[in-house]
Amino acid sequence: MTKITLGKGINAGLRAAMEADPKVVVMGEDIGKLGGVFRVTEGLQKDFGEDRVIDTPLAESGIIGTAVGLALRGYRPVCEIQFDGFVFPAYDQIINQVAKMHYRSMGKIKMPVVIRIPYGGGIGAVEHHSESPEALFAHVNGLKVVTCGDPVDAYWMIQQAIASDDPVVFFEPKRRYHEKAELDESVPPALPLHQAKVVREGADATLLCYGPMVKTCVQAAEAAVEDGRNLEVVDLRTISPFDLPTIFASVKKTGRAVVVHEATLSFGPGSEIAARVSEECFYHLEAPVLRVTGFDTPYPPSRMEEEYLPDLDRVLDGVDRVMGY
Amino acid sequence: MSESVPGTPPEVFAPVEVPVSPAQPPEEVEFVQLLTPEGERVEHPDYSFDLDDEAIKGFYRDMVLVRRIDAEATALQRQGELGLWASLLGQEAAQIGSGRALNAKDMVFPTYREHGVAWCQGVNPLNLLGLFRGVDQGAWDPKDNNFHLYTIVIGAQTLHATGYAMGQQRDGVLGGGVDGDAGEATIAYFGDGASSQGDVNEAFIYASVFNAPVVFFCQNNQWAISEPIDRQTRIPLYQRAAGFGFPGVRVDGNDVLATYAVSQQALKRAREGSGPTLIEAYTYRMGAHTTSDDPTKYRLNEDLEHWKLKDPIERVHAYLSRHAGVDHDFFDEIDAEGDKIAAELRAGCLALPDPQLTDFFQHVYVEETPQLAEQRAQYAAYAASFDGEG
Ligand SMILES: Cc1ncc(C[n+]2csc(CCOP(=O)(O)OP(=O)(O)O)c2C)c(N)n1
Ligand SMILES: [Mg+2]
Repeated sequence: MTKITLGKGINAGLRAAMEADPKVVVMGEDIGKLGGVFRVTEGLQKDFGEDRVIDTPLAESGIIGTAVGLALRGYRPVCEIQFDGFVFPAYDQIINQVAKMHYRSMGKIKMPVVIRIPYGGGIGAVEHHSESPEALFAHVNGLKVVTCGDPVDAYWMIQQAIASDDPVVFFEPKRRYHEKAELDESVPPALPLHQAKVVREGADATLLCYGPMVKTCVQAAEAAVEDGRNLEVVDLRTISPFDLPTIFASVKKTGRAVVVHEATLSFGPGSEIAARVSEECFYHLEAPVLRVTGFDTPYPPSRMEEEYLPDLDRVLDGVDRVMGY
Repeated sequence: MSESVPGTPPEVFAPVEVPVSPAQPPEEVEFVQLLTPEGERVEHPDYSFDLDDEAIKGFYRDMVLVRRIDAEATALQRQGELGLWASLLGQEAAQIGSGRALNAKDMVFPTYREHGVAWCQGVNPLNLLGLFRGVDQGAWDPKDNNFHLYTIVIGAQTLHATGYAMGQQRDGVLGGGVDGDAGEATIAYFGDGASSQGDVNEAFIYASVFNAPVVFFCQNNQWAISEPIDRQTRIPLYQRAAGFGFPGVRVDGNDVLATYAVSQQALKRAREGSGPTLIEAYTYRMGAHTTSDDPTKYRLNEDLEHWKLKDPIERVHAYLSRHAGVDHDFFDEIDAEGDKIAAELRAGCLALPDPQLTDFFQHVYVEETPQLAEQRAQYAAYAASFDGEG
């Protein structure tokens, strides 16, 4: 057993994947000597060399475009985008090239590319450093989108993403990089990559969340006990595809669901979940599916981010409302 | 027997000579210099500094004051009053020289580090702090001082500058003057790292084919966070301009006389309608990338020591005291002025009102949509429910 943080979990997972497969290469801005601005790749260049841990020129389209070429040549590139807001120069390569290659080639070409993106707010950053663009990727067919909510998942999910022959956009909750947990590397991962996890069992309502909001929702569920409420918390882990069976099973049990994410309300992941749940669980629902999310504005200046981001109180307010029907 | 392709000049096939490394120590770097690090004026065949010593005193004052403002902002960040600060330490001459070469109608497109250019344009430094404190995202009106908002997404502003310059061109405001003061130009600031971005290369192409009145001012401070310049280029950056079809020039970025002279000539060229120029100001980022960065992870102290000897302010100090008869009263007064400005800036920063989230819904669109209005009202009611709870 070792105590790790979420950031160190990804670091250890990358290391394990690189040790297991010499075709795994890691690339991005400032990931070598510096170890990335969040130190997630710390020490990797020292141990695996500059050919496998590549400090790229400052050009995101270049990172993803050359990763496509490396993948065509049999490599498994793991690309780091420094911050969520800086993925967009690479958006064309991701949407038009990475996502569609398998489809266009009728399955002859595989794109085992992982795109790691630290995402979400809550760190007091300047603009473009706190975005939650997961829906912009989940909406694209051909991409898989996942996000880890705890250090143990971070360790295993990054390895599972690298092992995937489909391209995976791997969102890392940056404000949770320092969360700690015990990891036993000898125990195989409990779940496959595209499965959700019930992190707290409950009977009265289900909180559906992922990434940075998992901790918030667990705390909210604990606080709700005082109000006599027993909430179930599901860490979705996978956004595209959603693990619908786990979501449906939970909502059918509790009859009430609140989706929580930092991303903007409209056209967000919660919209898709609400639609699916209302189609599949209609006769089990005691209330409409509610959403507690970021507002439909650009991410605000950091002095307001605590108001913008769903927090314990806003989640509990959502619970009050969903219980009020 | 060698066959040549008809119509193709043989030079095309000559191998390109790649210099060993573009990160040569400055002694070996060829650039335009008009004031040595020791404070001696030197001649250059193509560029001269035509202003008097009063102007040089003014540049000195500018550089000392922006360095003082910068130091105060760094201190404010350390004390938790700013979320972040990107220091311009070491780049004062590049920014003041180019900034002072601008005319009233010229337009500036900065990165996030152009505090010195902002100063020259008359932007209140407190406005810059708002962004870094997190009370706004640069809420000044670019029209007030012909100074666009800071751009954090690397390279994007070079295209904006080019488009703005195309607008100046279409407005018919170029050329006409005899003294180079007529006309308008745009200047785009960017870094050595930014030179790798697609946007910057596209800006070069647009500017070139449309002959836009834009000056690309690259502060090559040798670093893009932890990546040294040789991760971005194998040839000196200014030489790239030739491939795009416009002139490129490298200037000693720590020499305010040279950055002024070179910028002035490039701006004049643009205002006259003769098209873009790339200026590479060869300088050094003396501080961390930002207050979040730890440069000991990736660079040697030796380099820093070496560059300290090239300090942009010290050399002007040496020139003024040795050759212009300026005494210590002048320097002391400026230091005192700097302290006063810094104290005002600090007080202003602490007094910046915290923003209200509800004020920000209105600015997403020209007219708030009904959905947004509803969200805002719901949030206001929710927030009010906590009133009186302490
Ligand atoms: C598109 C984009 N990618 C990455 C970043 C993160 N980032 C901020 S500054 C920087 C380095 C910029 O280096 P350079 O252009 O040389 O300017 P300098 O900071 O040295 O002034 C990077 C990678 C960003 N802001 N935008
Ligand atoms: Mg730089």
